[in-house]
Amino acid sequence: MIKLDPKVPDGPLAEKWNKYKSSQDLVNPANKRKLDIIIVGTGLAGASAAASLGEMGFKVKVFGIHESPRRAHSIAAQGGINAAKNYPNDGDSIYRLFYDTVKGGDYRSREANVYRLAEVSNNIIDQCVAQGVPFAREYGGMLANRSFGGALVSRTFYARGQTGQQLLLGAYSAFMKEINRGNVTFYPKREMLDLVMIDGKARGIITRELNTGKIERHSAHAVVIATGGYGNVFFLSTNAMNSNGSAVWQCYKRGAAFANPCFTQIHPTCIPVHGEYQSKLTLMSESLRNDGRIWVPKKKEDAQRIQKGELKPTEIPEEDRDYYLERRYPAFGNLVPRDVASRAAKERCDAGYGVGNTGLAVYLDFADAIKRLGKSVIEARYGNLFQMYEKIVDDNPYETPMMIYPAVHYTMGGTWVDYELQTTIPGLFATGEANFSDHGANRLGASALMQGLSDGYFVLPYTLQNYLADQINVPRFSTDLPEFDTVEKDVKSRIDKIMNVKGDKTVDTFHRRLGHVMWDYVGMGRNEEGIRKALSEIKEIKEDFWKNVRIPGHPEDVNLELEKALRVADYLELGELMALDALDRKESCGGHFREEYQTPEGEALRNDKDYTFVSVWEYKGDGEAPALHKEPLNFEFIEVKQRSYK
Amino acid sequence: MNFTLKIWRQENPNAKGGFETYQLSDISADASFLEMLDILNEQLVMEGKVPVAFDHDCREGICGTCSLYINGRPHGPDSGITVCQMHMRNFKDGSTITIEPWRARAFPVIKDLMVDRQAFEKIIMAGGYISVNTGNAIDANSIPIPKQAAETAMDAAACIGCGACVAACKNASAMLFVSAKVSQFAVLPQGKIEAKRRVKNMVSRMDELGFGNCTNTYACEAECPKNISVSHIARMNREFFISKVTSPKKEV
Amino acid sequence: MSKLLHYSSLTKKYIMAIAGFFLMIFLVVHLGINLFILPIAENHIEIFREAVHFMTSNPLVKVMEIFLFAAFIIHILYGVILQLQNWMARPTRYKIEGWSHTSYFSKFMIHTAVIVFIFLVIHIMNFYLVKEGITKAPQGPAMVADNHDFYNMAINLFSNTTYSVLYILLIIVLGFHLNHAFQSAFQSMGWNHSRYTPFIKLLGTIYSIVIPLGFILIPLYFIFLY
Repeated sequence: MIKLDPKVPDGPLAEKWNKYKSSQDLVNPANKRKLDIIIVGTGLAGASAAASLGEMGFKVKVFGIHESPRRAHSIAAQGGINAAKNYPNDGDSIYRLFYDTVKGGDYRSREANVYRLAEVSNNIIDQCVAQGVPFAREYGGMLANRSFGGALVSRTFYARGQTGQQLLLGAYSAFMKEINRGNVTFYPKREMLDLVMIDGKARGIITRELNTGKIERHSAHAVVIATGGYGNVFFLSTNAMNSNGSAVWQCYKRGAAFANPCFTQIHPTCIPVHGEYQSKLTLMSESLRNDGRIWVPKKKEDAQRIQKGELKPTEIPEEDRDYYLERRYPAFGNLVPRDVASRAAKERCDAGYGVGNTGLAVYLDFADAIKRLGKSVIEARYGNLFQMYEKIVDDNPYETPMMIYPAVHYTMGGTWVDYELQTTIPGLFATGEANFSDHGANRLGASALMQGLSDGYFVLPYTLQNYLADQINVPRFSTDLPEFDTVEKDVKSRIDKIMNVKGDKTVDTFHRRLGHVMWDYVGMGRNEEGIRKALSEIKEIKEDFWKNVRIPGHPEDVNLELEKALRVADYLELGELMALDALDRKESCGGHFREEYQTPEGEALRNDKDYTFVSVWEYKGDGEAPALHKEPLNFEFIEVKQRSYK
Repeated sequence: MNFTLKIWRQENPNAKGGFETYQLSDISADASFLEMLDILNEQLVMEGKVPVAFDHDCREGICGTCSLYINGRPHGPDSGITVCQMHMRNFKDGSTITIEPWRARAFPVIKDLMVDRQAFEKIIMAGGYISVNTGNAIDANSIPIPKQAAETAMDAAACIGCGACVAACKNASAMLFVSAKVSQFAVLPQGKIEAKRRVKNMVSRMDELGFGNCTNTYACEAECPKNISVSHIARMNREFFISKVTSPKKEV
Repeated sequence: MSKLLHYSSLTKKYIMAIAGFFLMIFLVVHLGINLFILPIAENHIEIFREAVHFMTSNPLVKVMEIFLFAAFIIHILYGVILQLQNWMARPTRYKIEGWSHTSYFSKFMIHTAVIVFIFLVIHIMNFYLVKEGITKAPQGPAMVADNHDFYNMAINLFSNTTYSVLYILLIIVLGFHLNHAFQSAFQSMGWNHSRYTPFIKLLGTIYSIVIPLGFILIPLYFIFLY
């Protein structure tokens, strides 16, 4: 039975983190050298933690699935990073950033964590500038800001459309600096396949070297999981192909409880799916909604003719267009938050008004903006995005409206952590998107980068030290201990089992099928009947998978099919848990929309009385139903309100 | 669309390797190049053969993982994009496409079309950073940076580390990659403090790793998916020269 | 020798570029004198002889000559070292290669260099070594008075049409080499600027056309007008 203690320090909100830092335990420099830390993942959260902990003097071992830490998917974030600097003098403050984040998350996040996030946001910007991150600047040499969804102030710092890349390269460079100094070791091309525990504490991992297939053991005094989200359960998502949920899932199976698995963010502006062979969805920055107007045809027959390719969007007269966001949400119009915009697009397409050859797309039209501002202004603002769109779709968005459709983008759920980012397994920490994080049921734009770096640079170095302080006398662990033997045997038998199925279907067939089920029933709109259907279908796919998957080649070699298969095996179980969680949460909040719980106007209807808690799932064994625990959320410093964008 | 693919197959780093020919039919013009390879691999798996190993990840042109040398050009026939952003409509129906791995002594082949680019990490490790520890940074706006400098730094920092510059260069030189990092920090006031040491260390590491020399052919610039300019190479040459002639004999 | 190999790649490039600059300046001086073989002034033969005399006897020029030979040797030596390293940097070649859009002549620097080198050897044998009394002066219609009578030696060589045509072709190849070399030397030294580089490139193109053209005028004169 797990114990859920969030360990939030007492006292006023604004003083909690300082209080924690000033009363925590420390490790002296000579002892830091004797303590090992494993970090799995090299994205913003992993790389920044590796650098900071290495600088402090700990011996850090970092594991990544790529040959280079810089290939982690944080690199792909486009828009920006929030901070409460208030440089534009528009009334921003730490409290406001905190408030916006809690509200944006539909009041399903932990107050103290979010406040700390807002508090350290400013340090992140300072740190990144010191590292040489080339943020956008004004002519006077000062940093530039822009605004993003869900906020009334301009607090987003950016580096063209490549903010994630620049922040990751900053963290990566600090990380490389520490490798050069000798405190940090990077193990490239290692996939974590299991967690090793000794006396109830996380003490090591088992990895597979992807270039040789070698199974390896690594020990440490503490383990940090920074492997990102599990959006690839859906097969098609904006995540990178190799982003996966296996590390998090293996930790779950070893006892680290999983929080809010059903909270998934569906991003409204992605390039629509164009065929069954499609492997990946491409995001178009949210900033496009500043000037683009979203619409579908008003008449169903127009929509049908467009789907058949008989009619062009430019041939539809103004009065026959339905600017549904402006119609439904006159106050926010095209700039409603991501979850609301995504759902509205789905509603129109489900009703038969969708465009494109699949009928699963809506228009994002810049004609008005081009008329108002001129083509050159639009080109300056969005030129690179328009060019990217044209390369992919082969259509000129300056002339015909862009087609967009929502796609899975981010998972707010993840491994449950307390205020110290420690999971329910002592010595196992989770940071960044891998933990259930600070975003509640919906994440605001430009907040993911903030959270990853906050965890890695400014939170974990303190809390992990606090954990290690009483272990200075614990010697390094040998990897010959029986605990390592057992877990390695588990891993090897899992690999043997999957290799020996020798069926007749490729891994992707199962992944694609799972993706369809998840998207249809545990996607943007969910209802009890659908979720139950999903649960039974996932079960079928799982059975089929273990009977019929085919993996050519050998496990002791580069084997991309084996890598995928191990991940898909975990996705099948993870998908099931997501569905269970979605079934249990009988309310609509943020990214979780239960069709049974909506207002007469079709808006999300939260149930604060019964569901103001974090759903924390505990693994109970293979084939057993997981146990649900509830961490109540108490809002002491914020008034809980219904979100409205009308 | 139908294609004949000639693909380099090599079982492991020490194997000899050679070209294999595959026929692929009914490929949509809207499929991306990597999706076309996915389809080929599905077919190979169904035929009980080992699929073609190739590097890829984000499939939106930013992670720098994909690395294919297609018909004599890194990242294929279109310019300013990576392989993953290229679509089959860029090829003629019925044509033959030759796919090779990046070729350089510093980038050994791991398997088929996958190469090991860790040499780049070693170069960055030698000095591709500003030595500042977490937690002691001053307020971000206390260092004003001219917009021009910030933009130049960003132009250079856009490098995705894919290695197309090395693959394209007839000498397998890594100058564009190294210079992009040197240049980014050389134009920023934060980076100037250790600029002399940085350029010397990075260049000497680059030399050790067996990359070729620059002959100013500029194939790197032509093939860079992020259009990084060779003017950064010139800046590095300048920085290195100044560093060499002005640093004291004995360094601290 | 091992020290020479251990210079960093960039230092080798600086040395190549500096030696190259020196050789390019030398070419201008050389052409300046050679042009007096042509009847461009009334007493052009005297001026030419005077210049040759000056160049072969002035002690300061003697010192410069050492630098010139050093520049040739260093440029060639480093060119070879760099090229060998470049070949070693790609042990396995591509099946299909060279489809990138690059400056054309830059791809053939080593090839043009080898041809220019052969030319240089012949040229030194025909003139410099004659002066030093090691090889015999070229024979032909004109009477070569002594080891320093470069004017008549030139007449003898150019009156042979095969030699003249070969000379023209080799000088054209030298032009190809110079076309890339000029701007490349600036780039190697790091002298690049968005405002001035286009001008340098233009200047390089002009240099690589005008200098060879000047040299070619002499055999052309002998083939068609002499």
